[in-house]
Amino acid sequence: MTENIVEINNLSFAYNNRLLHKGINMRFPRGKVVAIMGGSGSGKTTILRLIGGQLKPSAGEVRVDGKVVHKQSRQEIYRLRRKMGMLFQFGALFTDLSVFDNVAFPMREHTDLPESVIRDLVLLKLNAVGLRGARDLMPSELSGGMSRRVALARAVALDPAIIMYDEPFAGLDPISMGVIVNLIRSLNDALGATSIVVTHDVHETFAFVDYIYFVSDGVVVAEGTPDDLSKSDLPFVHQFVHGEADGPVPFHYAAPDYRQDLLRGANA
Amino acid sequence: MLNRLNRTLRGIGHRVIDRIWRLGRASRFFLSTLVLSGESFRRLHLTIREMYFTGVLSLIIIMVSALFVGMVLGLQGYNTLQKYGSSDAIGVLVALSLVRELGPVVTALLFAGRAGTAITAEIGLMKATEQLSAMEMMAVNPIARVVAPRFWAGVISMPFLAALFSMVGVFGGYLVAVPLIGVDEGAFWSQMQSSVDFHEDIVNGVIKSCVFGVVCTIIALFEGYDAPPTAEGVSRATTRTVVNSSLAVLGLDFVLTSFMLN
Repeated sequence: MTENIVEINNLSFAYNNRLLHKGINMRFPRGKVVAIMGGSGSGKTTILRLIGGQLKPSAGEVRVDGKVVHKQSRQEIYRLRRKMGMLFQFGALFTDLSVFDNVAFPMREHTDLPESVIRDLVLLKLNAVGLRGARDLMPSELSGGMSRRVALARAVALDPAIIMYDEPFAGLDPISMGVIVNLIRSLNDALGATSIVVTHDVHETFAFVDYIYFVSDGVVVAEGTPDDLSKSDLPFVHQFVHGEADGPVPFHYAAPDYRQDLLRGANA
Repeated sequence: MLNRLNRTLRGIGHRVIDRIWRLGRASRFFLSTLVLSGESFRRLHLTIREMYFTGVLSLIIIMVSALFVGMVLGLQGYNTLQKYGSSDAIGVLVALSLVRELGPVVTALLFAGRAGTAITAEIGLMKATEQLSAMEMMAVNPIARVVAPRFWAGVISMPFLAALFSMVGVFGGYLVAVPLIGVDEGAFWSQMQSSVDFHEDIVNGVIKSCVFGVVCTIIALFEGYDAPPTAEGVSRATTRTVVNSSLAVLGLDFVLTSFMLN
């Protein structure tokens, strides 16, 4: 058993001829909750897809449980994915299935358990996220926070070793946010899993994760425990943590000089 | 001048290459759907569920259209046939035009509009809301789980819908010709019975509707699966489903007919 369940070594990834990641290194030790933070469009979600083997790196490698993901056969990747659970940004619940059937979906697909056992397991998972009473609702009848919780129950349905969260707090009210924070931490510790949280919500994240990677311009610009980082005087981290409009990440999109631009007139 | 020509040519080249790429993707998509079809038969309830959505829910529009098409055939046919004093042949005219052409073709066109668009929009939205990605991350292949059952449901439904269309159409023609216009009932049915050949007419019609079933369903599925995951992308894909399916059906109908009449 490797010490780090997921390792990213010197990873580069290009999309549409644009280099999104330029040599990223990350370690995700077993049992920890690790956050990947960075601005919108900095390729955080792409890292999760690379870990899940949905995308192939241009250079470097991602190792899950010691195995290089992009060198595995499709079957082998599918086997690796059974150890992973992923919570998508807006839940990605199957709209044609009820809450119960959504949570039962991975169990029915991957196990031969009898329906009575599946029922017990689904109720157990739904109870853990507090939605046992909502099992007969359809996804369209759920609020944003509720569907996120159902998706979380579905993500942990097969007791995965790695749980990935893509922007789990996006668009949630403060109460739902607090609920999700508690669930991420408690599920991680109860299952003995490793959690990878992609997010840009500074305050919630700093309060509950074990380790943080800051990604900007395709590289890891800072890493450390929340305590270390909140004291950090690196300009990017300072700007990000304090939400300043201008700094190393400029307010203005690259443009020619303003004065020149105006003087040139409309016909240029 | 030369510059503009250059740009136009390059634009045309890009378009052609794009189309060919898409055609290649569609063929690969079709092949992997066939290869991964095992699931949709091993777990038949998935396919049956989709047959309800594509087949059963299309019944009303198919039957109502068939009734009117048959009635119009009866009116127009009688109008022309009586000039030649052969209005008794109205039954044959209605039955042959429905079984050979209108049944399979109009059913396929209606199917593309009713069920095809629903399939494209559903799969496009599943993609846009990351449901397909989620499925992949759960180690379930969306082509096996989502696409293949819908494909077989469409392929199986189409011949039945076309058969029903022809049947209701003949009934519509009967309603106009016999009770309304007063053509002899015995002549209507007996001439139809003696002139419609099982192999030449009915089997050929069924073959057509099977081909149209494959084409319409795979176009609808591919357009949804290939749609850019945005509101605009899905709406365009839905339009393309109708346009491409209709053109494919009409074009293929000509090809198939020319082979069958040969």
